[in-house]
Amino acid sequence: MSIGGDPVAAAVAAPISDGPAGAPAGTARLSVAWRRARHSPSLLIGGTIVAIMVLMAILSFVWTPYNPLGIAPQIALHGPSSAHLLGTDQYGRDVLSRLIAGARITIYAGVVSVLIAGLIGIPAGLFAAQRGGLLDEAIMRTGDVIYGFPALLAAITLSAALGASTTVAMIAIGIAYIPVFARVTRGSALAVLSSDFVLAARAYGRRPFAVLRRHVLPNIAAILIVQASLLFSVAILAETALDFLGLGTPPPTASWGQMIGTAQNYLAEDPMLAVWPGIAIFLAVLGFNLLGDGLREVLDPRLRQ
Amino acid sequence: MSTLSVRNLTVTLGAAVVVDGVSFDLEPGQRLGIIGESGSGKTVTALAVMGLLAPSLRATGQVLIGDRDLLAMTERQRCEVRGGTMAMVFQEPMTALNPTMRVGRQIAEAIRAHQRCTRAEARQRATELLARVEFTDPARQARSYPHQLSGGQRQRVMLAMAIACDPAVILADEPTTALDVTVQAQMLALMARLVTEENAALVLISHDLAVVSGMCERVMVMYGGHVVESGNTAQVLAAPRHPYTAGLLATSAAVSLDSDRTRLEVPYIPGQVPAVGSFPAGCPFRSRCDRATAECAVMPPIEAVGDHLAACHHPLGGPASPQIPASPQIPADLAESGKE
Repeated sequence: MSIGGDPVAAAVAAPISDGPAGAPAGTARLSVAWRRARHSPSLLIGGTIVAIMVLMAILSFVWTPYNPLGIAPQIALHGPSSAHLLGTDQYGRDVLSRLIAGARITIYAGVVSVLIAGLIGIPAGLFAAQRGGLLDEAIMRTGDVIYGFPALLAAITLSAALGASTTVAMIAIGIAYIPVFARVTRGSALAVLSSDFVLAARAYGRRPFAVLRRHVLPNIAAILIVQASLLFSVAILAETALDFLGLGTPPPTASWGQMIGTAQNYLAEDPMLAVWPGIAIFLAVLGFNLLGDGLREVLDPRLRQ
Repeated sequence: MSTLSVRNLTVTLGAAVVVDGVSFDLEPGQRLGIIGESGSGKTVTALAVMGLLAPSLRATGQVLIGDRDLLAMTERQRCEVRGGTMAMVFQEPMTALNPTMRVGRQIAEAIRAHQRCTRAEARQRATELLARVEFTDPARQARSYPHQLSGGQRQRVMLAMAIACDPAVILADEPTTALDVTVQAQMLALMARLVTEENAALVLISHDLAVVSGMCERVMVMYGGHVVESGNTAQVLAAPRHPYTAGLLATSAAVSLDSDRTRLEVPYIPGQVPAVGSFPAGCPFRSRCDRATAECAVMPPIEAVGDHLAACHHPLGGPASPQIPASPQIPADLAESGKE
């Protein structure tokens, strides 16, 4: 087994036709990644689940079986039927339509929190790694303080102060996970910064910022993508938890966490009302976790055989 | 005025002195070789001249480019000097190129670090540079990633990056050490040609006397962070005054095959280069030198001995001195002496 910590070793190990006579380089690299991808069940399963979720969310803007907000009291709490495949809730709204529409909120929540965590955490980690010394200490210890504060509690406090909304809750979750991104970025950036090609780039006069952007970032992108997809699943769980507590997405907007929350009151009439969104949440989290693991198998040079 | 003038350059790591009082001047077109074993301070000297030392290392003295001292500059000013006035070629072509960047784009990067030009212009110039470093199909090879090139090709890419902005000084740190023997000569010839064409000064760092003797008119021998001998290359090699230089010369004699013997014997200098900070006080070589006396506990000044400079209390008298410490030994002895 070869443990190549640096991307060069991994690139050399990759079975690519030698010499410049081969196929265009970019294609070669992608085809290697694709070959690995086909042998990674987690990537395939996770990728499929995530793709279905994203498609569902997009589809919901143009089509759902019924209006997810359409109230029909005369058919409230009807179980599954041919007209309503997953039944109806206490207001007679179609559960399947609400599930499909709920995917929007889930994706939105993940995107917002990952973007906030990444857009602040990645630059913070990069600068900490490059500058070192006191600035490094200051950034990382500030991160520790943020990380030490319970994320959900922060989100609940913010929601209570600013009023319940998906965005506010997700900003809180995003901030809570800034240190995670900062740490992962700093660790891998340190390894790249000590490499010869960074020294060479400095030797031909690249400024520190350009070195980070053009040399360090592309070389740690794979690790960050993996981290983002794992954080996505954490964000989804946090969002559904807040919605369940009534502190996230306000009704009547369809969201999975909120659907479970309201279904509690009707467990005697139709227990499946809580089960459907539960399955959806479970699959979404599983999907993003598998995708993250799969991406790591494919992209992380350290796990390559 | 010299292109590059290094004055009493000293590099310290905490209390340990890594490079001690190195000075040299370079005029345009001049070539200086720096010779020494690993750990003698050659690379640290080069990095200090470029202003690229790790933060834990401190450089004092002066590195004058024209009348400006690089060591006194801000990082921003140094970025202008690096690549623009001074460029560096590194030892390991395998790791000195960014694996995620096509080589053409990487050369264009080096150009755009100093010259205002569009992407297309930079790409065009990168292709021209690849042609100058003898790529047969530069337009297509510019699109390769480093891992698709051989070691020699990569080192030529490094060379193209070094000359991208017409530097006045090129520092080459063991540029051929990582290459196949067959490619080394070709690489050196190319480097000599480019340096001449650019009228740039060259600092060539190597442990290989043969490389330096073929390329440089002046040579500086380093040991333990000190310059122990320096002068005209032919004169130094013809009559080494410092026992260490003599030892190096004896070891490189092994390159030629002795046809009378059935086994190739490798001469060497007894002992090892001590770790940084554990060199003996005074002359750093005295723990390995068979001419050492009590007097050697004081570092000798570098002064004229014969036709060049040496720093030794007991300099060798001539080329055929019987005192050369490196008598031929068989490799088995080498392994044993390495254990102590």
